[in-house]
Amino acid sequence: MPKDGGIGASTKRREDVRFLTGNGRYTDDINLRGQAYVFFLRSDVAHGKLTSVDTSAAEGMDGVVRIFTGKDFEGVGGMPCGWQVTDKHGQPMQEPGHPVLAQGKVRHVGEPIAAVVAETLGQARDAAEAIVVDIEELPAVINMKDAVKDGAPKVHEELTSNLCYDWGFVEENKEAVNKAFEDAAHVTTLELVNNRLVANPMEPRVAVGDYSRSDGEHTLYTTSQNPHVIRLLMGAFVLGIPEHKLRVVAPDVGGGFGTKIFHYQEEAFCTFAAKACNRPVKWTSSRSEAFMSDAHGRDHVTKIELALDGDNNFTAIRTDTYANMGAYLSTFAPSVPTWLHGTLMAGNYKTPLIYVNVKAVFTNTVPVDAYRGAGRPEATFQLERLVDKAAHELGVDPIKLRRQNFITEFPYATPVAVEYDTGDYVATMDKLEEMADIAGFAARRKESEAKGRLRGFGVNCYIEACGIAPSNLVGQLGARAGLYESATVRVNATGGLVVMTGSHSHGQGHETAFPQVIAEMIGIDASMIEIVHGDTARTPMGMGTYGSRSIAVGGSAMVRATEKIIAKAKKIAGHILEASEGDIELKDGMFSVAGTDKSLAWGDVTLAAYVPHNYPLEDLEPGLEETAFYDPSNFTYPSGAYACEVELDPETGQVTIERFSAADDFGNIINPMIVTGQVHGGLAQGIGQALMENCAYDSDGQLLSASYMDYAMPRASDLPFYDVDHSCQTPCTHNPLGVKGCGEAGAIGSPPAVVNAVLDAMRSGGKDVAHIDMPVTPSRVWAAMQG
Amino acid sequence: MYNFDVERPTSIVDAVQAMSKEEAQPISGGQTLIPTLKARLAAPSVLVSLTGIEEMKGVRMSDDGRLCIGGGTTHTTVAAEAAAHYPGLASVAARIGDPAVRNRGTIGGSLANNDPSACYPAAALGSGATIVTNNREIAADDYFLGMFTTALEEGEIVTEVKFPIPQAAHYEKFLQPASRFPLVAVFVARFSDGVRVAVTGASNDGVFRWTEAEEALSANFSADAVAGLKAEGDMISDLHGTAEYRAHLVGVMTKRAVAAIA
Repeated sequence: MPKDGGIGASTKRREDVRFLTGNGRYTDDINLRGQAYVFFLRSDVAHGKLTSVDTSAAEGMDGVVRIFTGKDFEGVGGMPCGWQVTDKHGQPMQEPGHPVLAQGKVRHVGEPIAAVVAETLGQARDAAEAIVVDIEELPAVINMKDAVKDGAPKVHEELTSNLCYDWGFVEENKEAVNKAFEDAAHVTTLELVNNRLVANPMEPRVAVGDYSRSDGEHTLYTTSQNPHVIRLLMGAFVLGIPEHKLRVVAPDVGGGFGTKIFHYQEEAFCTFAAKACNRPVKWTSSRSEAFMSDAHGRDHVTKIELALDGDNNFTAIRTDTYANMGAYLSTFAPSVPTWLHGTLMAGNYKTPLIYVNVKAVFTNTVPVDAYRGAGRPEATFQLERLVDKAAHELGVDPIKLRRQNFITEFPYATPVAVEYDTGDYVATMDKLEEMADIAGFAARRKESEAKGRLRGFGVNCYIEACGIAPSNLVGQLGARAGLYESATVRVNATGGLVVMTGSHSHGQGHETAFPQVIAEMIGIDASMIEIVHGDTARTPMGMGTYGSRSIAVGGSAMVRATEKIIAKAKKIAGHILEASEGDIELKDGMFSVAGTDKSLAWGDVTLAAYVPHNYPLEDLEPGLEETAFYDPSNFTYPSGAYACEVELDPETGQVTIERFSAADDFGNIINPMIVTGQVHGGLAQGIGQALMENCAYDSDGQLLSASYMDYAMPRASDLPFYDVDHSCQTPCTHNPLGVKGCGEAGAIGSPPAVVNAVLDAMRSGGKDVAHIDMPVTPSRVWAAMQG
Repeated sequence: MYNFDVERPTSIVDAVQAMSKEEAQPISGGQTLIPTLKARLAAPSVLVSLTGIEEMKGVRMSDDGRLCIGGGTTHTTVAAEAAAHYPGLASVAARIGDPAVRNRGTIGGSLANNDPSACYPAAALGSGATIVTNNREIAADDYFLGMFTTALEEGEIVTEVKFPIPQAAHYEKFLQPASRFPLVAVFVARFSDGVRVAVTGASNDGVFRWTEAEEALSANFSADAVAGLKAEGDMISDLHGTAEYRAHLVGVMTKRAVAAIA
């Protein structure tokens, strides 16, 4: 029977009351007294020498408070990169400077050149138009393979080339991998593109900087997934403000998808300008600005090869990837194609030898960084397309080939550094086959063909490493941060409690799911528990939300803090009940002495903690408030199997998704309804990538898909009613809740199934096409079918 | 937006008068113009709003059997009120944009703008409509002069559009996945004296009549009649489709429109 509270209950999301009634408090809803507005004048060329920025005509215009250019930021730190990758020769990556406002050169369309602070946004914009910018245009480098050729124009003169790093993983395995290919009975090769995407959260980025002259305190309100990370990066590396003088608040945030992890120039600018102008400064991104200033996602070009023995066992995988960094290194950009990608190349399969090469390349485009899945979708897409291609070449059933090569024993140490703790790939595949009604496919295909349509079926598996991450491990891998999480549980005298978590909810439903955990642990009603997040002044130092880490890492910190609370409460109860604390049991919000009828309510104990009249003051401090920091000992490894069924109109090339089934293993689940919603959202973004979304530049570096007129976002009508199941549960073995995380799975696991299904449909129409790049648009499908 | 003044005339005469001001720009539903203004891509000194002119609104049958639609009539109104008289046209209006666009956008605004991917130009050209302005009547065949270009003079306002009603008509649209404008759409109208085929979305020259298909269909009104034909012309090539693909889609959409009627 479904529960109506606690762990495992599909409790409705309490935050939706305010979101759905227009009562959310987003950053743009924050307006401070005396606030001025900033408009950024951005480069409209991709690459050029900035010879002059003449603000003289603009300075005296109506409402102008002050105009800033790159000169105002000389001596101010640049935007820091939070991850240093070491290349295959043991050398650190090339790391160029990243100014707040362009200095000397512009390197991508959208790079901020000057900023006008004025009384109104209109006045700021008017004045920005009066700024005369002189740019001596330089040839742009857009294509990654061109960018690394000898003599290519350099994005950064101070670097030796446009190559950020050339990463080999695991370098020591390279020769053995090559040998395995020489010995292979069959080799399948695939070249593919993982298309560049724009995250497009519903809420664009916003920053409001504030400064108090009386006490020297800075406050930044910003659309961030991790306010403490912004406080540390901006305070320590950009503006030189110590943490105790800098507060960062990320209130309700309308979707992040990774793109709101990073520290952006506009945040540093508003904080800096608030002090310089001695008044609050606000910036609200327009959607057009978002397209050319939010970090983009994906953008890999890959060649991947699979070696098989005579029995169709996978013996080795070798990959060669070009990963676009854009013009500058965004906060976590270097980690995405390396440690979030190379480590996943084993997938669900017991391939003994793997070698991954990644060349990260600078181009005159918007910086690229993590986007929902970050590296793992790229790994999954390559691998699952490759396995499907191999099955087709060998004439074996794609599901059978996968099953034959599944990892079945856990823990499993992959040849790419990570160790999977649990999983049951056979179980999720069994579940998927049942959900997808494979037996009924032939009849459905016939129905489609009767309408003149082709029908295709595609599957894929996925594994992801999330719940990031063990700090000591990522430190060795180049992270310049720890990846623990924190929670303070503050119990009030009358029994209600507040959890101040370092996790940040921007759509994930933490305010509902987190209380369910504590409600279960203590046995009180979830309505007695409040979640506070998103404010460095109110929460302990936390690393925020990304990498499907909130419940696995943040939830674990909360569990640890709650365990401390319960331990102390038992001591208090033991004192009052005149029993040993070891005999005290807590159940349904009641403390009782084992084997007796003596009991005490939760509220009696919490009251005693703050009104310590009958209290062991000699042994125990009053109060009931505990903090825990939790650093995971491993990643978590959600996995699953997805199936997609498409209909294809051979006359127009139009593909429609008719069925989509997802069987996931997320370990234990706190709120199944929220998990289902997370999978739905991830699937929409994965299917969006597969069929529609494409961030395209022309060869001069102009962004072609710079608005919704050309960037195709998936809509409800483009998506099917999903069939989602998460009943296969192999609990994580190393965190207290046995949870794995579910935020990114849908986006990671869905693109290959879609493309595999499209190719299957084309084959059924007599067109055996080896590969088609995403997005699988009607024009591309039609062209492929003409070949 | 830049600053501008707004005039709200209540008659065509007053609107024409207001349009005589320097850098005056008429605005009807504003579904193209308002985003253009917001992007600061236009800087009119005066916006002359046509939405308060009652004589430019409504759908009626004329004595000579033509369906007359006021230039300021919204797509939603056309979808509802033309349905009984000219269902093929009502269906075009009902499928333009989304409800917000249909509740604001007008037929006169769409025809005056002549976006190369708009729906109404195909319906007007395919129907052989007459565009009535404040001072003359222009046959659709003489009205559409290329992408965003029409026969309208400076300050001239589309007050009414008169549609002859064919025996049957159908508009077949293939959507551009981002904008949901037509990537290619074809309006086929079958009259007692022949067939008209108008294509939007496909050509760099804007809406056009596919005369080869018209001839073939006038001789034999069946999907097979256009099977072997290929549309020629300066087709648009962009992120969403190559020129070759668009040319191909013209044939497919025409065939499907005919099949929907026949």
